Amino acid sequence: MKKFKLDWLLLPLFGFALILVAWSVSSATWAGNLPSPTKTWQASRDYVLQPFAKRGEMDQGILRFTWYSLQLVAKGYFLALLIGTPIGFFLGLSKTFTKIFDPIIQILRPVSPLAWLPLGLVLFLNAGKEAGTLGALFTIAICSMWPTVLNTAVGVRAVPQDYLNVGRVLKLSRWKTLTKILLPATLPYMFTGFRLSLGIAWLVIVAAEMLTGRPGVGGFLWQEYNALIYEHIILSIITIGLIGFALDRLMSLLEARFKTA
Amino acid sequence: MKPFLEISQLGKTYPTPNGAPAVIVEHFDLKIRKGEFITLIGHSGCGKSTVLSMLAGLTDITTGGIILSGKEVNSAGPDRGVVFQAPCLLPWMTAFENVMLGVDQVYYTADTEERRQIAEYYLTVVGLADAMHQRPAELSQGMRQRCGIARAFALSPKMLLLDEPFGMLDSLTRYELQEVLLDLWQKDQKTALMVTHDVDEALFLSDRVVMMTNGPAATVGEILEVKFPRPRSRQQLLEDPLYYELREQLIGFLEERSHVRPTRIAPPAPPPPAAPPRRPRFLGALTPA
Repeated sequence: MKKFKLDWLLLPLFGFALILVAWSVSSATWAGNLPSPTKTWQASRDYVLQPFAKRGEMDQGILRFTWYSLQLVAKGYFLALLIGTPIGFFLGLSKTFTKIFDPIIQILRPVSPLAWLPLGLVLFLNAGKEAGTLGALFTIAICSMWPTVLNTAVGVRAVPQDYLNVGRVLKLSRWKTLTKILLPATLPYMFTGFRLSLGIAWLVIVAAEMLTGRPGVGGFLWQEYNALIYEHIILSIITIGLIGFALDRLMSLLEARFKTA
Repeated sequence: MKPFLEISQLGKTYPTPNGAPAVIVEHFDLKIRKGEFITLIGHSGCGKSTVLSMLAGLTDITTGGIILSGKEVNSAGPDRGVVFQAPCLLPWMTAFENVMLGVDQVYYTADTEERRQIAEYYLTVVGLADAMHQRPAELSQGMRQRCGIARAFALSPKMLLLDEPFGMLDSLTRYELQEVLLDLWQKDQKTALMVTHDVDEALFLSDRVVMMTNGPAATVGEILEVKFPRPRSRQQLLEDPLYYELREQLIGFLEERSHVRPTRIAPPAPPPPAAPPRRPRFLGALTPA
């Protein structure tokens, strides 16, 4: 295709315009309950223009909700990395370990966050007020862990034998082999895992908040559905998408930094 | 006098899926004196690198054994400095850090400043004084191999093992690095074993050239003494008629005789393992083993 000036800007804008048209037409014709773009904007204005306002527990600016969600995601995500990275290392290093745990991982991996959450709530039933938070953390961690686990394992297995031979000739201790050779050699793979995990963690947050009713983007979305304010469902979806996109870009930047090493 | 390095009846076989094990090297015998420079030459795939890898302790020995200054070689260790074909520098460390990684291991009693000096000394000798704080990606292939050589020498090893270290370099760089290597070898008075398939390289560097027969089941074919005075200069060698004679012999071996297996007096074959005696099931415990 021939390139023209500003195609990087105009072509995506064209895409957005198409979607807007489809949205308007749908709400005017077959989907009567779907608010039109203009109605959505009118109903969302306060939430977008005063993004950090707090009018009540479930009536806050959209970025304030986002901030709550991000905090919870961050906790669950770091928990996932903390647990997932060592598991990945063991999987990559030991064939026996792989044989023992690989089937379990393959079975647990496709389980939906919606299935994990009730289990998480049950697990922390005795925690009282904190049960919801802990259950959500558990769900985020266990769902977002797998890409980190699997990519780390692949990375460890892909460490060139030559590098390991250098370690053997120098008789490096296990610790030094890990920190000076294995870890740096695996880092690019690990970061790919970290990026994918963050994407999943952000996916899970919405489900977790919907079911626990916590303040956050997902909780807001569910509450407004129940309150019949459908415009805010769309506002929430757009926010979730934008934040997810931003997180992915950020991780890509980090990843690129470590790739050169 | 006891040899510094003694390789006796060294053999390597790999099991294959269809049963008959693949014999790479067998009955490999070689004695090396302290301070000697030996090159191992042969067609590619003949198993020279396998021999070197067993010496380095990176490949398990199937049969026979290796004794280096009174100690059996059975694992890798920094008493043997290895220069790999691809220099195998760790890409996330600078040239200096790559050398320091080994120096820290060997001179763990020295203080940081002394260790730094050792690493810097060897990097300077190989000509990397100005580039020692660059990463391998920023260095040319030749500079990387210089660093590989510095790393091996900086370990102050009993022996140097070089696996076609100049195979990937253009010929000008190769000449330069051969001289760097020879200089350091003479200064540090090391014993060295180098694998190569370059006839001129072998003649320029070594005291003896060990020619290996073709695989499978490769072994020592002939050994050529190279008695040019040291220090050597390439120019002198090229003017010496003996050089061409030796060269002829080497090439003659590689082209005509490398497939001929040397006639060796076979050691008495070990008796075939006796079939386990069949014991009657219930009385088995009573029969003396």
